[in-house]
Amino acid sequence: MFDPMANAPPLWSNGPTPGSFYNFPGPQTKPNDHFTHSQSPVTTATSIVALAYDKGIMIAGDLLASYGSLARYRNCPRIMEVNDNILLGAGGDYADFQYVKSFIEQKIIDEECLDDGIKLKPKSLYCWLTRVMYQRRNKFDPLWNNLVIGGIQDGTPFLGTVDKLGTAYTDRAICTGYGAHIALPMIRDAIEKKAQPLTQAEARALIEKSLEVLFYRDARSYPKYQLGIIDQDEGVKIEGPLSVSQNWNIATIIKSV
Amino acid sequence: MFRNQYDSDVTVWSPQGRLHQVEYAMEAVNLGSATVGLKSKTHAVLIALKRASSELSAYQKKIINIDEHIGITISGLTADARILSRYMRNECLNYKYSLDTPMPLNRLIGYMGNKMQHCTQRYDRRPYGVGLLVAGYDELGAHIYQTCPSANYYDCKAMSIGSRSQSARTYLEKHLEELQSSSLEELIKHGLRALRDTLPPEVDLNTKNVAIGYVGKGQPFKILEEEETSPYLALIEGEERRGGGASAEGPADPLREDAGDDGPQDPVPAVAMDTTE
Repeated sequence: MFDPMANAPPLWSNGPTPGSFYNFPGPQTKPNDHFTHSQSPVTTATSIVALAYDKGIMIAGDLLASYGSLARYRNCPRIMEVNDNILLGAGGDYADFQYVKSFIEQKIIDEECLDDGIKLKPKSLYCWLTRVMYQRRNKFDPLWNNLVIGGIQDGTPFLGTVDKLGTAYTDRAICTGYGAHIALPMIRDAIEKKAQPLTQAEARALIEKSLEVLFYRDARSYPKYQLGIIDQDEGVKIEGPLSVSQNWNIATIIKSV
Repeated sequence: MFRNQYDSDVTVWSPQGRLHQVEYAMEAVNLGSATVGLKSKTHAVLIALKRASSELSAYQKKIINIDEHIGITISGLTADARILSRYMRNECLNYKYSLDTPMPLNRLIGYMGNKMQHCTQRYDRRPYGVGLLVAGYDELGAHIYQTCPSANYYDCKAMSIGSRSQSARTYLEKHLEELQSSSLEELIKHGLRALRDTLPPEVDLNTKNVAIGYVGKGQPFKILEEEETSPYLALIEGEERRGGGASAEGPADPLREDAGDDGPQDPVPAVAMDTTE
């Protein structure tokens, strides 16, 4: 007689068995690192260089997105115009930046729809991004970016930065990634040597010099870059692609030890 | 006793297109004591008349602070007002936490309007039985908003709600032009005079039954109670009271949009919930 408690044999050899789970033969294609596969960057962008001058702020970043050490994509803009008073620059994982960009754009659209005459301010975006980044790191799924937020708040230039852990600070000059080691000391030196705030021309020269030095020293950098400026008088603009002025003449006399 | 056929539930329409339960809730606002809100270019002021429910109890609190830049006065069910003020405080804190800036008044009022509207469209809810005057100062200037149990809200130059408030509105309408350029002190004086017009002749304002709240440019919302109000009460003391108190309640309440509607009317009971007989 039919006995429901007895173990039925497989329907065919290596085939499914009635009443039990079946594992398909062959290589398993599903990911087995659910917890960690989103926790490291893939397509990465390098430093952001930003500084405040007397009447505004400037943010520069090159156009390269790398696969590890491979210079994979060479036309990836990463300076974003949030509204006519805020610029955002991002380093780190490029896909995460695109995601951040999309939800900031949505936030701006939502605000336009409210149409209540209140506009997002740089400090507000900086605070909000700090909350977002810290919340994601608490989910152990950080957005792998260094974000730099710049703009003019109540007539004075504002610069702030948030990293993937939600660590945030404001300063007159901010460089992320390799730039924090190479460019920032140079920029601070220039700012401190001059008693008054920098002018726009001085700020631009300083940024150009920083990107040049970074191109020589940072193997993940690229000579094509964009420069975003918010000025009290001239408003917001993103220039580029611009080129780093290169001079390799001295390269021939450098000898490796 | 006759009972209305179409007021069994908030979700029931009358053939005239009215929601009687919502209209009854609007009446709850008129049961509370009067309160006045008015503003100039730089300041917004709230003046409230406080009542004590018995000889033995303290005077009921009428002005509640919401945030550094916002305060409200209430008229109607105090318990409902406390729920709403908790909601408003929460929204303000959340806004400040995420955006590092004080919440704009119109956004707060908009959220609250949405919250209150749910109660007028669901059979398992009842409308909030309280009207609020919200005073605040934000980047767009000083504001006075009025909210109703019907979930309507109005951006006002000046407003008064509560029992016998028509007299205060009459005063405010008469002095509307002066308010815009008034100083804080003048605003408070106007507010006190408007509130005094709602009182019966035998009663007057005193430090026990008046509360004053104000907010403005560089001035966080501040509530004055008891002795703190006496300097302002002294400013209007001895002035002649107009119209011999407020014996003449206005003929029609301008807030009721159906007032003066000549269409066929549902029979309306004199009392919202009269279960006698």
